[in-house]
Amino acid sequence: MEKQLRGHAHKYGKNIDTDVIIPGKYCSIIDPAELGKHALEGLDAEYTSKMKAGDIIVADTNFGCGSSREVAPIAIKGSGTSAVIAKSFARIFYRNALNIGLPIFESAEAVDGIAPGDEIEVEPATGVIRNLTKNTTFQSAAFPPFMQSLIEAGGLQPYVERRLAERQLS
Amino acid sequence: MTLTEKILARHAGLDRVEPGQIINGAVDLVLANELSAAVAIGVMRSIKGASRVFDNEKIALVEDHFVPAKDAQSAKLAALMKEFAKEQNIKHFFDVGRGGIEHVVLPEEGLVAPGELIVGGDSHTCTYGAFGAFATGMGSTDIAAAFVLGEVWLKVPATIKLVYSGKPGTMVYAKDIMLKTIGTLGIDGATYRAIEYHGTTVDELSITGRITMANMAIEAGAKNGIFHADEKTIAYVKERTDRPFIVERADADARYERVIEIDIGSLEPQVACPHTPDNVHSISDVTRDEIAVDQVFIGSCTNGYIEDLRIVAKILDGKKVASNLRVIVNPGSQKVWMQAADEGILTKLAAAGCAVNTPGCGACFGGHMGTLGDGERCISTTNRNFVGRMGSPKAEVYLGSPATCAASALSGRITDPRTLDLVGV
Repeated sequence: MEKQLRGHAHKYGKNIDTDVIIPGKYCSIIDPAELGKHALEGLDAEYTSKMKAGDIIVADTNFGCGSSREVAPIAIKGSGTSAVIAKSFARIFYRNALNIGLPIFESAEAVDGIAPGDEIEVEPATGVIRNLTKNTTFQSAAFPPFMQSLIEAGGLQPYVERRLAERQLS
Repeated sequence: MTLTEKILARHAGLDRVEPGQIINGAVDLVLANELSAAVAIGVMRSIKGASRVFDNEKIALVEDHFVPAKDAQSAKLAALMKEFAKEQNIKHFFDVGRGGIEHVVLPEEGLVAPGELIVGGDSHTCTYGAFGAFATGMGSTDIAAAFVLGEVWLKVPATIKLVYSGKPGTMVYAKDIMLKTIGTLGIDGATYRAIEYHGTTVDELSITGRITMANMAIEAGAKNGIFHADEKTIAYVKERTDRPFIVERADADARYERVIEIDIGSLEPQVACPHTPDNVHSISDVTRDEIAVDQVFIGSCTNGYIEDLRIVAKILDGKKVASNLRVIVNPGSQKVWMQAADEGILTKLAAAGCAVNTPGCGACFGGHMGTLGDGERCISTTNRNFVGRMGSPKAEVYLGSPATCAASALSGRITDPRTLDLVGV
């Protein structure tokens, strides 16, 4: 997650569930770009037509609640959305997002300090969120150390490969 | 330690664990359906050095979400999982006609036992907490990792203890108790937490009732929901498997993050109104608005069991469902379907005007065979009523018990099952 994340904010409310992020009828699709065409369709049918690559979803508490469908973060990433900033995330979505490399950040202050359309920049390495429109800066919550090490390793897949290699050695 | 902490500690080879601790736990079973498996298989193929699953007897693959295939794309996913099962010689593979909904099938087949650690590519994997197992849902990449390693990393959750007292009144069921619980906790009230169910009320519940409650722990955001295994649990499991298992109990001095007491003695039937499962109200408050429905759906991993169908058949027997209304019933599994047929339930339901489908998840998540159109309203025994969950984002879904849904099927509007005589039954 080295690349800079920058774009305009699209702001949504509490408890955005995975059914509205990618409705069930699209769950037979695997291709990220195809899924991306339907990102947030159940919540805001206009999202994919009005967003531009790099834009950032900003939401209230419990983002991604409900189904375990990994196609939810895949659809968001596939749409060209660069990050999600929320006050909090649902457990399975949080884990899925890290596993597939969708950058997510928790900061109640940032969410309250961002208006729809504001230009936002996030530094993935430090978790610093800048509102370029309002010239304000926020610090997102740090990932727990184990998750930080997973992110630094490049996600779950390299971690699994390392565990497999360790087993072969032992 | 709490029940969840004890199971996680043993599976991590540790004497004790604390909430917040990250552990590596050995898994007893990894589950996937054709949707989660399709993505997981792709991930597994890209993991270097991972050509085989860790144990072909500890993986269960169930075709249930879009089957019988609704279109060519769904058929492709179903075929992908079937081929993977063959290639990896997976012992527990359930195609249509031999399985049903994953969470109904696994306990039936004896694949779930007390004290086990189970992960699945479906959020309702928490269902197996009904049997005293630690069970949680995950996404496909995590499932791919579990396929390969036979272990998962987990953060040990803090536990919320729920203590139920009181005897449920007439027409009040486990579904009503759980809807009340979700309404009390809120949709994110148990996020990153374990729920441990206690009390005389749940001790008296049947296995099916406990399944209904464990199944919906995720609707409060919980990582898992768990009951202590008792004689009923052990008898159920031993009827279905010879596999040895370890029954754990929470320590007397276990530390709980919160203890919530819920008296259900005076509880009415409960209904979750659109569009979240925690928007829960007593039926008296809901019926005041005379809410007409276009569809009643009975089925799913929450309430698609023989016990549920018996209640529905008792209410609909010899009657007709309301006109201008469709009623769809999906027995949860092939075995439930056959038992319902043997008991004459399917004929009674069909005679009352219900469409009886093959087992599957389709209608519940807006896949197929029961999706809603714009402006339609449904009362359903399923577990979620999010916007667009059952099809159109302009539809409305109410959640209720099988009895409430059956009563509503007769009147054509959301109906208190305790007042059936008032609606001409």
